[in-house]
Amino acid sequence: MKELVLKASDETLYTVLDEIRNTLSENGCDEDAATQIAISAEEVFVNIAHYAYGGEAGEAIVDIELTTDPKIIRITFKDRGIPYNPLEKEDPDTDLSADERAVGGLGIFMVKTMMDNVEYRYEDGQNILTIEKNIEKITEKP
Amino acid sequence: MEINEIKGESNIQLSVSGQVDTVTAPELQSNILTAFQKSKDVVLDLSGVAYMSSAGLRALLIGQKTAQSKGGSMKVTGVQEGVMKVFEMSGFVKVLTIE
Repeated sequence: MKELVLKASDETLYTVLDEIRNTLSENGCDEDAATQIAISAEEVFVNIAHYAYGGEAGEAIVDIELTTDPKIIRITFKDRGIPYNPLEKEDPDTDLSADERAVGGLGIFMVKTMMDNVEYRYEDGQNILTIEKNIEKITEKP
Repeated sequence: MEINEIKGESNIQLSVSGQVDTVTAPELQSNILTAFQKSKDVVLDLSGVAYMSSAGLRALLIGQKTAQSKGGSMKVTGVQEGVMKVFEMSGFVKVLTIE
């Protein structure tokens, strides 16, 4: 497992995404799936950067794990900010036209759509959000 | 992310390449809005874009709303498969004019 401890901010986003991309490419994950996983990680991390500490840059911990049988990538995001369960947010209505659409509110919905499993818990003063995707079937054959 | 602006006879084309994410989307948004100050019809060539997060969608939605408020158009071309999946899951296939 790789653990990153960093200040959650837009500036540190690429550190997180590069680490995830490296883990996925070392394990033969195909590009499309790797992109979906990176986008999901961006949505979660940026939420922490923008909202968890009321606009201030606070600490985030990102754990990146890969199980081997089956091949599942599990990314866990932890912060000590305002308790907030993003999974309780109502899904946006994706049938609306441009006029009716609000700007924003799509990020966590995209995470739920692109990942296989998304779980939230609040424990020991920490928001803990875990996202998982099985990359067994979408791994490029050598 | 890189953006190249090409002035056509009746429109402005923005060719975008690279990753459209939280860090780069504000630049895309400002380029779209600047293009709409010069022309009411804007074409966004996304053939060089493989990565689009919700921040990018936000920039495109603001572009689409601007086009409508000006009685103009924003056409999106060259959409790669992965980005099309993002447009489909978010319902942006109905929001945008994709060619």
